[in-house]
Amino acid sequence: MKPFLGFVRKEFYHILRDYRTLLVLFGMPVAQMLIFGFVISTEIRNVNIAVYDQSNDTYTRQITDKLLSSGFFRLHQRIQSPGQIQQAFRSGKVKEVIVYESDFAGKLLRSGLANVQIIADASDANQAHMMVGYTTEIILSCMASWNKNVPSPVNVQIKPRMLYNENLSSAFMFVPGTMAMILMLICTLMTSISIVREKETGSMEVLLASPLRPFQIIGGKVLPYIVLSLINAVSVIFLGVFVFGVPVHGSFFLLFVECLLYISLALSVGIFISTVTSSQQLALFLSMLILMLPTILLSGFIFPVESMPTILQWLCHLMPPKYFITILKNVMLKGTGIDTVWRETIVLLGMTILFMSMSIKRFQIRL
Amino acid sequence: MQRILFIIRKEFLQIFRNRFMVPIIFVVPVVQLIILVNAATLEMKNIRISIVDNDNSSVSHGLSDHIVHSPFFKFVPQEGNNLNLALRRMEKDQTDAILVFPDRFSESIHKGQPADLQLLINAINGMKAGITSSYVAQIIRNYFASSANELNVNASVQPGKTIHQVRISPLFWYNPELNYKIFMVPAILVILVTLTGALLAGLNLVREKEMGTIEQINVTPIGKFEFLAGKLIPFLIIALAELAFGLVMGKILFRIPILGSLLLLFGVVVVYLILVQSLSLLISTVSNTQQQAMFLIFFFMLIFIMTSGIFTPVESMPVIAQKLDWLNPVFYLMRMIRMILLKGSTLKDILPYILPMTGYAATMFLIAVRAYRKTT
Repeated sequence: MKPFLGFVRKEFYHILRDYRTLLVLFGMPVAQMLIFGFVISTEIRNVNIAVYDQSNDTYTRQITDKLLSSGFFRLHQRIQSPGQIQQAFRSGKVKEVIVYESDFAGKLLRSGLANVQIIADASDANQAHMMVGYTTEIILSCMASWNKNVPSPVNVQIKPRMLYNENLSSAFMFVPGTMAMILMLICTLMTSISIVREKETGSMEVLLASPLRPFQIIGGKVLPYIVLSLINAVSVIFLGVFVFGVPVHGSFFLLFVECLLYISLALSVGIFISTVTSSQQLALFLSMLILMLPTILLSGFIFPVESMPTILQWLCHLMPPKYFITILKNVMLKGTGIDTVWRETIVLLGMTILFMSMSIKRFQIRL
Repeated sequence: MQRILFIIRKEFLQIFRNRFMVPIIFVVPVVQLIILVNAATLEMKNIRISIVDNDNSSVSHGLSDHIVHSPFFKFVPQEGNNLNLALRRMEKDQTDAILVFPDRFSESIHKGQPADLQLLINAINGMKAGITSSYVAQIIRNYFASSANELNVNASVQPGKTIHQVRISPLFWYNPELNYKIFMVPAILVILVTLTGALLAGLNLVREKEMGTIEQINVTPIGKFEFLAGKLIPFLIIALAELAFGLVMGKILFRIPILGSLLLLFGVVVVYLILVQSLSLLISTVSNTQQQAMFLIFFFMLIFIMTSGIFTPVESMPVIAQKLDWLNPVFYLMRMIRMILLKGSTLKDILPYILPMTGYAATMFLIAVRAYRKTT
């Protein structure tokens, strides 16, 4: 036991003395949470538009005013000729152009029908879709105000109720997502690198010749990262609760156990990578390219799994973060117990055992 | 000049002798391109919806039919007309939304009275919830617009009053089918180019440091400038090859449009690569181990990529963040590659971006050269 403790202490020194890495390790979750919380948003806000008003009457001005006062749009330029539209889009400054036909008011009053065209820069399809939706909505509401005295035949009101997240706060997505990602990153990347590093610099030989048993070496490598990861998990939850108002409805104990399970899974993946690679560069690239990006994108953290092609949906089921995020959402946000997450828990447990046994089988005590 | 060539040759030999490096440089990106572009869709399809029909009339049936058959929704059939059962399903994550028809729904409609529909949505994913609600609203609006006459609605338009109608016709330029993949391919190319260019160059330098081989170079007459340029150029060439490869794959697999000049694009990418490589060389000159360098690079890359407008529009960010984005290298390329490929922008159009980026790149390279010390 004593040599083991000595080894663990050595590992802690290694990590704690490398203050740059440490800073990144603790700074990363905070920076990420702040970016997701305050900087990135999918909402449409202050989009630059241009107006090509060939009529310029009270009706078109009313529509334009309403568009600009909505907060979604900002007038960048008034266009005088059709040729300018292309130019406006190409310079990248303008995302949408509103074109009113000439004699808009006259046509509206005489025949009851006038035309307006919305031209959107659809190179960003998603944004274009939302912009056109908002613009249509605003023009329709203008129309409704002109038709106030004419009763509409059908009057159906839809009352949406947003369950679990009444204010539609995006924190409910990014807090679990960030946690899954950060824990994966620290555990997998850090452990895989820290073992390969001993191989690359030649100090592995010293370790193997020491009285430490292989499982003690691995245990000693892993223990500091468990501690670091738990600190990070707590800090993410803390930020989520106190800065972004994400509740923890379920039991803290269950949450803690699930975090531990996920951490050990990520650690065993890291150890597995380090047993199959020979250089830090390779270990890093394996973790980054094979694990990182797919785990961010295929876990349902940013992009909805249901919209992906079927093959990719299958692939998603192989991604550990997906299960962990489901667990987090259930336990934290819905406040349900183990009865709703036992399936995910078993999957994570199975994956952990699988990777553990594969790495033990492959771990070589000789160089 | 000749010394630079020697270093470049040495680097290339080193890269291609590593039997793992070549597949990593060329195979992994293609796999990533295929997977990520297909995965990265914000389009909402197959939203699971349950319907609790307490009205059970032709109106509620007709409306349900429209919703069930819409491409956006996947109907989750349920036994019994019970709201509690449906809610339990939502808790178990078997359904995303529940539409509730109150009793006497059709009666109120026939009488021309206001009628309420309740829609319960799992809003943990706020964006998805918002879209679900607007899809349902749209379907319901269309349904009543097309079948108002059949419903024998009592209230009709009073004579002598015309309805003022505005016909809105949306036009989607550059991407009439609203294909999100076209938007994502250039973005993924940017990430791949950045990762290979910046990460490899940075790690390579610090690896020499960690292994001690840098001492051997420091004692040669090779100058600081030559050394850094020699480290930078091989990965620049590899990254450009990867970009070309990725463009071909994007063209074949996803039919992305290439409207602008490819020469211009490659020119822009060269400047960009010099910028990010200088940054990562700078990071590696100040770090001692590969682990440190990697984590620092990773930290900045993550922030840079997230705030570059890759998934979300830059214009939606707070004003301060938008100003700070001018320090974000990825922001420049993300914007320019999309402008050039998708909109056919010319050099004149991208001048406001390419000029600051060139200045930025030159400054960073000079700083990297200055920061590098031949003495340890």
